[in-house]
Amino acid sequence: MILCQECRRNEANIHIIKNVDGKQSELNLCEQCARKKEELDFSFEPQFSLHKLFASMLGQSVRGSREEMTAAAMQCPSCGLTFAQFGQIGRLGCSECFSAFEGRLKPLLRRIHGSCIHSGKVPSRAQNRVNILREIDQLKEELQVKIQGEEFEEAALLRDRVRAMEGTVQEDLTEKGDPQ
Amino acid sequence: MKQIEFSLSRWMDGSGPESDIVISSRMRAARNIKGHSFPCLASDQETAAVLKIISAAVDGKPDFADFTNWTMGKLSTLERQTLVEKHLISPFLARESTHGALLLRRDEAVSIMINEEDHLRIQAILPGLQLEETWREAGRYDDLLESELEYAFNERFGYLTACPTNIGTGLRASVMLHLPALIMTRQINHLLGALSQVGLTVRGLYGEGTEIIGNLVQVSNQVTLGQTEDEIISNLYSVIHQVIEQEQNTRQALLDKKRANLADRAWRALGLLKYAQVMSSQEAIQLISDLRLGYDLGLIKTVNHKILNELLVLIRPGCLQLLAGKELDNSERNLERPAQIKKTLDRHLE
Ligand SMILES: [Zn+2]
Ligand SMILES: [Zn+2]
Repeated sequence: MILCQECRRNEANIHIIKNVDGKQSELNLCEQCARKKEELDFSFEPQFSLHKLFASMLGQSVRGSREEMTAAAMQCPSCGLTFAQFGQIGRLGCSECFSAFEGRLKPLLRRIHGSCIHSGKVPSRAQNRVNILREIDQLKEELQVKIQGEEFEEAALLRDRVRAMEGTVQEDLTEKGDPQ
Repeated sequence: MKQIEFSLSRWMDGSGPESDIVISSRMRAARNIKGHSFPCLASDQETAAVLKIISAAVDGKPDFADFTNWTMGKLSTLERQTLVEKHLISPFLARESTHGALLLRRDEAVSIMINEEDHLRIQAILPGLQLEETWREAGRYDDLLESELEYAFNERFGYLTACPTNIGTGLRASVMLHLPALIMTRQINHLLGALSQVGLTVRGLYGEGTEIIGNLVQVSNQVTLGQTEDEIISNLYSVIHQVIEQEQNTRQALLDKKRANLADRAWRALGLLKYAQVMSSQEAIQLISDLRLGYDLGLIKTVNHKILNELLVLIRPGCLQLLAGKELDNSERNLERPAQIKKTLDRHLE
């Protein structure tokens, strides 16, 4: 029989395991003592401590040097969110924020996800462009392999193909009037 | 006037693969509409506009004929709490009383949250371990909405979300597990550590932060960018299968050594659930877990997963008050809880 940690009299029939920052602790309580604790808060969405982590990480990186002061003052032209504000709330304001803060966001995304390039589902509207861009990335990788293997003729062919494809994506951009 | 009632959601029906350990599988895709500020920074006017745009995309569409539209502002706190307790909406949406809204499919397996942290949170939740099917359900509505709405999407970053932890696929996959044997034998701590090292988040199902109560644990993916949806699902699968195997082996070992004790525990749990007069939710969750283990080990046959899932939800404060038809304070709820449990058990066990 495990005794209740609160009153040390009754049998502990309620076991609560806490996991705070990777450290586990166990709480064994009897019915009466457990009842004194507040009603549990049900929640299904994982609460990421990451939110706070990156907010603090950004908070630090924007303090200090002049370059970082400028970074803090960077502002999204669309929603008006500054990079410093993003550091505080940990949320971006609109889709344009990603272009406005791109250079600063990439290292952050890499730290959270171990990557900063999407490889999953694509909306059908964006499918064509994404296919071309993903193929360009792949060709560029092949190009590097050819160069390292000193297969320069094939490398030149690949390079031309990449350029041509980049050209079509560019045209695509101007046609659609996409700001990016 | 339409009202939220206490009904059984699809995930509560207790079916599905591995349902002796996996209670439910859930997928949630975060999406935003291009050209509109995300809800956290948007003005009231803008969130109202987003709600209008999304409503226009689904109104009158045959694919959404079996959905009901709920506006958070028109629901009582109790009704919203009930939806949270049934895992149909997030606590975040429940607080969004201005322009937050919910599209809920009749079987309650699909819920589309509007103006949550992102403009859209498309969620599917099914019983047992069926991540692909759950993603197929959510993905279907994602495609339908995308055919009407232009999503905020960037070729490099994927689906753009307010929080950088959701960017990319915008996909959060999670599985709710019942792990009494691993917890009883204290193997759980090892496991929790191992899971967090492979990029998975583990939380207690019910309780603040990471408390584990009633031997219920939620495991979900942490990474949303750089992996495909299939990779996220198969990573989670392979880990969950290992957890299931460990739990099963441990259950068998316990059964071999302590059969009588486990049976005693399960029958005592049933006795208390049927006849106790005052009961906190913590005690109830623990007893339901004991009873579930007894059932899953074949030691007690009078209950089933459906009853156990129904109990697990109806003991929550919001559901209890909704069932009682009035507001109850904490001590009143501790009286109402065993009454409702008894009623439910009597109804099923006749
Ligand atoms: Zn005590
Ligand atoms: Zn912005």
